[in-house]
Amino acid sequence: MTMTTTEAPTARLGRLMVDQPLFPLTLILLALIAALAILNPAILSLFWVSNTLKIAIPLAMLAACQTLTMLTGGIDLSVGTAATIAAYVTATATPLIGAPSAIGIAMGCALAIGMVNGIGVAFARVHPLIMTLGTGLIATGCLLVYQRSVISTGTIYPEVLVWLGTGRTFGLPNGLFLFIPFAALILWAQRRTGFGRLLYAIGSNEAAARLSGVRVWQVHLTLYSLSGAIAGLSGLLYLGMVKTASLSLALPLDLPSVAAAVIGGTSIFGGRGGYGGTILGALILTVLATMLTLLQMPEGGRRILYGAIILLVTALYIRLTDRS
Amino acid sequence: MKRLLERNAWTAGLAGFLVLLLLATKLIQPDFGASGLDSLARSALPFALVTVGMAIVVIAGGIDLSVAAMMAVASVTAAVLMDGATDGQAVYAILSVLVLGLAMGALNGALIVVTRVPDIVVTLAMLFVWQGVALLILNAPGGGAAPWLRGLVVGGVTLPGVPPGLTDWLPSGVLFLAVVVAVLWLPIRRSKLGLMLYAVGSDPQAAFRSGVPVGPVRVAAYALCGLFAALGGLTVTMATGIGEPIPGPYLLASVAAVVLGGVVLGGGRGTILGPILAVFVLRTVRLDLTLMSVDPNVAAIVEGLIMVAVVMFGAVLATRGRRT
Repeated sequence: MTMTTTEAPTARLGRLMVDQPLFPLTLILLALIAALAILNPAILSLFWVSNTLKIAIPLAMLAACQTLTMLTGGIDLSVGTAATIAAYVTATATPLIGAPSAIGIAMGCALAIGMVNGIGVAFARVHPLIMTLGTGLIATGCLLVYQRSVISTGTIYPEVLVWLGTGRTFGLPNGLFLFIPFAALILWAQRRTGFGRLLYAIGSNEAAARLSGVRVWQVHLTLYSLSGAIAGLSGLLYLGMVKTASLSLALPLDLPSVAAAVIGGTSIFGGRGGYGGTILGALILTVLATMLTLLQMPEGGRRILYGAIILLVTALYIRLTDRS
Repeated sequence: MKRLLERNAWTAGLAGFLVLLLLATKLIQPDFGASGLDSLARSALPFALVTVGMAIVVIAGGIDLSVAAMMAVASVTAAVLMDGATDGQAVYAILSVLVLGLAMGALNGALIVVTRVPDIVVTLAMLFVWQGVALLILNAPGGGAAPWLRGLVVGGVTLPGVPPGLTDWLPSGVLFLAVVVAVLWLPIRRSKLGLMLYAVGSDPQAAFRSGVPVGPVRVAAYALCGLFAALGGLTVTMATGIGEPIPGPYLLASVAAVVLGGVVLGGGRGTILGPILAVFVLRTVRLDLTLMSVDPNVAAIVEGLIMVAVVMFGAVLATRGRRT
């Protein structure tokens, strides 16, 4: 680009922020922590850091689903449902058939939800937002029917999940044992594998990708199935963390997961962003949530704030990248 | 006459299908009569109103994902304002709810036009914002409604001067719907604004070049959508007597009804009557499932499957249409 010489300094700064989102995001995170320290100086400790990480991990994993689907210009609003179903099935099926098979069935359910999404997006070309909303609704209905059939079995939380969800090693949550390899895998996949590059290619220009021989439907099908599987995995972790099998377990995480990906610099229109920013976005949201709890903000206020953040960041993003 | 039939073939087909469905209902449940029709109309009324709003936006080339949340805001506002109010005050409460609906919709539209963020992202963010607003107004179902309002949407029609036997079979809900659509939509449809809505929907650039103020027309479409969503929320409160802060599955249902009603996703084509008929078709299917003593949760799954199938079918048609 030879345009750079004529650009206004604000535009250059904007471009920098869009291209290197990790730097400003880290600053925001540190600023939030500083504000928290001013509000309540007693809160900052190793225990608090470990707790924040523990809470942020399931959110960051669900936000991985949003990041990957957003890279192609999609979104997955069924992740909360998929995670809830995986958790609920695991907890209620373990007394009947043992933990390994229960976890297997639970992951199968989450994968199935993702595959249905993928079929709708890949073949019928339904907008992902509508498609995932619809499958979420259907899956919730199925969960209600399932719940009746297992109402008397009781619940058991597999020990490995409880260990992952609540245990600590050297003061840090055990969830990191799952999360660090997971994050490394996603970061490696998005940059270094053909699949990752295809996601960016489809998101930047689907027609061009199609013309260069990409079988877009295969990518969509794989992507949404993967997203369902990741959602199921985070549901399992969340189950070990909160140790309650409820019908709306992970549903409140739907909206923050979208917000975390958007804050992390992933464009909701596709082609730009990455998982690194999303992890920071999840941390920022978790710290923000602690702060809102300290300030006693009601649930309604939080939703308004999350919605406003999504809108504001996207609008800002459009302003900054607009070159016309 | 022939031309009229040809142009409205889809709508006519839907009407015929609805008659067949009602006959089938009569076969399943021989007692099905005025009271059955009334409960059908009562359950369909909020869906029908919000679908009209969605249809207007879709005709103008957009989509509004926040309709269900706006309904919730209208419902709780009406319930809170009318709680313990006199009949006279209730009129003002209704008027202010309608103005609120217009304002919410106009804000959605203005944000889309001003920020240039795609409608689907803006209304998704606003979906969360309006949900939060509804929760802030009323945290749990509650409030009240003036008793005379219930008579407007529940029970048979009684007109002064006409023997009750003639009008008893006609549910008030249907009359309410007909009056609202006739008073609000028909004059607009006949006016310049109606023509401009269709023009913007079919080709915004061509509309702009022919001197249509595209931005204001879009805002008007979303404002109308907000108004109808508010009416939908109002009828929920009118029929049940309480305000509901958590919206039902109105979003997916309205998109499905719009598609089934022959309005093309992408804009420019379709009528308002088609989607209204589609709502009644979908509600009658639900009613038949209930009458056949299907488990309500299973019925919800079947309904969700039908809606997703309809949307998928519509998306396939829209893609075909774009290619040729």
